[in-house]
Amino acid sequence: MATDSVLTHETEQEIWSGGKEPFKASYGKLMMWYFLVSDAFTFAGFLIAYGALRFSVPTWPLPDFVFSSLPFGIHHAPLIFVTIMTFVLILSSVTMVRAVQEGHHGNKNGVVFWMLMTIFGGLAFLGCQAWEWSTLIGVEHMTVTTNPFGAHTKDGVYLENEYGHPYAPGEKAETFTAGHTYLIEKAENPETGKLDWVQRKMKHTDGTESVQQFGPKAFGALFFFITGFHGFHVLSGVVFLLIIMVNVASGLYHNRGNHYEMVEKIGLYWHFVDLVWVFVFLVFYLL
Amino acid sequence: MADLDIEAGKKVVFKGLILLGVITIIEVMIALVGNGHIIEGFHLPKLIMYPAMIGFSLYKAYFIVFEFMHMRYEMQGLMRSVLLPTTLLIWAVIAFFQEGSAWKHRREQIKTWNTEQANQKPSTPPAKEIEGAK
Repeated sequence: MATDSVLTHETEQEIWSGGKEPFKASYGKLMMWYFLVSDAFTFAGFLIAYGALRFSVPTWPLPDFVFSSLPFGIHHAPLIFVTIMTFVLILSSVTMVRAVQEGHHGNKNGVVFWMLMTIFGGLAFLGCQAWEWSTLIGVEHMTVTTNPFGAHTKDGVYLENEYGHPYAPGEKAETFTAGHTYLIEKAENPETGKLDWVQRKMKHTDGTESVQQFGPKAFGALFFFITGFHGFHVLSGVVFLLIIMVNVASGLYHNRGNHYEMVEKIGLYWHFVDLVWVFVFLVFYLL
Repeated sequence: MADLDIEAGKKVVFKGLILLGVITIIEVMIALVGNGHIIEGFHLPKLIMYPAMIGFSLYKAYFIVFEFMHMRYEMQGLMRSVLLPTTLLIWAVIAFFQEGSAWKHRREQIKTWNTEQANQKPSTPPAKEIEGAK
């Protein structure tokens, strides 16, 4: 027994005394893992802030109302566009796995091909995000400080139509129930010719009257900062993928003779970006 | 890792694609059906929807880390040094969500106090004081 423990002690010392890889992973790969741990904590900090702020207000805009537009003028398609974005990212993650596998088999052309596919996936995702952002900013007028997505706290009926005018005789008034999300639209003011918010008047079933209120102020800032931070990760991932793809094509990693380990490292980063999207998708679009 | 042959590798990739895709569709379907977008007037209780969606997402995360990022094939020491620190986030989630609820509770309390005070004091004396100051 005593000799056993002495032996383990000695071997452990040997493993950790330098010149060897105790985790059987190279310095670069290990440090990529630890960078990803720290990055995971950054994203977790953002998402937990989102959760804490959401818990701190009585109502929150429902994602299946906020994210319900599609390109080509399609509306009322809840969550379909972000689901497509998720598929694009999953696909690019899968092509990255193929690139790493081809690297292990030393197939240079295979690595370049699958990395190129991954880059296309990343660019497609960024394009989708650009469209999503421009719709929210340009069409729905959401900014970092203004959130036009409010929610009803009580049941009731609108006293005005969606342009802020009283209902015409015979026109059926729109009703709503507590918890429903609405969008405060902008319409041209005939006097000034500028776009103004139209906060529709409404009457609740308990007899009180009020106008549409703006939603929780933090929503826009949280959305743009968190999805923007993730999008920036995708963008830098695309840049690094491009650089490493060019290096693969030039034969640099082939000459190193370490089974294209650089491709494996950028692969870890790329999968991490997909991993973060799983949670961004969960908290922003599903819950 | 390196001894995975090409066919076996492609199988893992295909399995991953189908698995992640199907789970994402299930998650979106839970959200859409649960919020009454598919069947008119049918809603799922949040107490079922939320744990299901969180559970599926955690499984996706597990699959990406262990299969796509090859954590399964790494040394146990590496695995522990990467995964154990993330358990701190369990504390962070509990602590900050509780704090968020406390903010909400406090705001509601302040609102009730303010309405109580407004009902107790008649609003005329302060108005007079302002006039006097002029």
